[in-house]
Amino acid sequence: MSFINYSSREINCKIVYYGPGLCGKTTNLQYVYAKTNPDAKGKMISLATETERTLFFDFLPLSLGEIRGFKTRFHLYTVPGQVFYDASRKLILKGVDGVVFVADSQIERMEANLESVENLRVNLAEHGYDLDRIPYVVQYNKRDLPNAATVDELRRLLNLRGVPDFEAVAPTGVGVFDTLKAVAKLVLQELKKGR
Amino acid sequence: MHPQMVMYEEEFQQVAGLCDRLTREANARCVFVIDKNGQLISASGDTGQLDTTSLASLTAGNIAATGGLAKLLGEKEFSILFHEGERDNLHISIVGGRVILVVIFDHRSSLGLVRLRVKKASEDLARVFDELARKAEQPGTQPTAFAEITDDDIDNLFSD
Repeated sequence: MSFINYSSREINCKIVYYGPGLCGKTTNLQYVYAKTNPDAKGKMISLATETERTLFFDFLPLSLGEIRGFKTRFHLYTVPGQVFYDASRKLILKGVDGVVFVADSQIERMEANLESVENLRVNLAEHGYDLDRIPYVVQYNKRDLPNAATVDELRRLLNLRGVPDFEAVAPTGVGVFDTLKAVAKLVLQELKKGR
Repeated sequence: MHPQMVMYEEEFQQVAGLCDRLTREANARCVFVIDKNGQLISASGDTGQLDTTSLASLTAGNIAATGGLAKLLGEKEFSILFHEGERDNLHISIVGGRVILVVIFDHRSSLGLVRLRVKKASEDLARVFDELARKAEQPGTQPTAFAEITDDDIDNLFSD
């Protein structure tokens, strides 16, 4: 649910990075934070455990510039990926405008990826959203690892809908901004349709 | 199914006015109105030192987590949260089931006074947000400015 403020001429949208534990959701946000001009970003907040696993969410506010005199602001959130944090994960999807699914390309994480997509579908449905209709992109992360599955295989299993998808190596930034731009674009297109 | 939240000039001024009044009457340091998704709607008082964007997002997360706890216990919601600090205190409440009202106050005020003033302000704020929701539901009143956005406009945002 985007928030349009005619008084301050701002559009605010919420994007959530979803995916299994340790797939690199937080790393995506950290890279975006590190590479964004200080004027265009706010503080990044990470609610994490002592071992730096996300406990509740990471949060990064970004300004993308103006569109027809309206400032566009995107709030990026990650969810905790570990299975047992499902209650928190569900909360963060509230009011979401676009979702990035970060998949872990390693063959042994395929089942975790599939489980996480299914969990995303169920949790979105609880908020009244349909994964087949919401602005959605997929990122195949960790492409640099030797045990990465082929993109064809990942696509066949994780991107049945054929949404925009990207190969990524989040710590070095490969594919990170492409992913973000793609989802932001889909969100704005949805806004244009007036939904 | 999920209508956008739209804020118009008229209601924005009303909300800002109510926040200013609450800040004064409760002797508060500052007052915020935040939507449940973590977007800041209005701020009043001494907000210069505060990272208001983070405050809004964390407050919404806090309310969401507390709401989750309420459901576990079979409650609809816990409508008031109070955090006591050494210097500043935080009073958080849900207004009309839609938005979050945050009051930050120190020794110049008291929990009793804040609660009393919040109650009155909540009723007035709820009326404004009811009106906004009513407007949003009326067909034909949805803003059209975005229908005119072209694909080029969107592409231009990303042309770096």
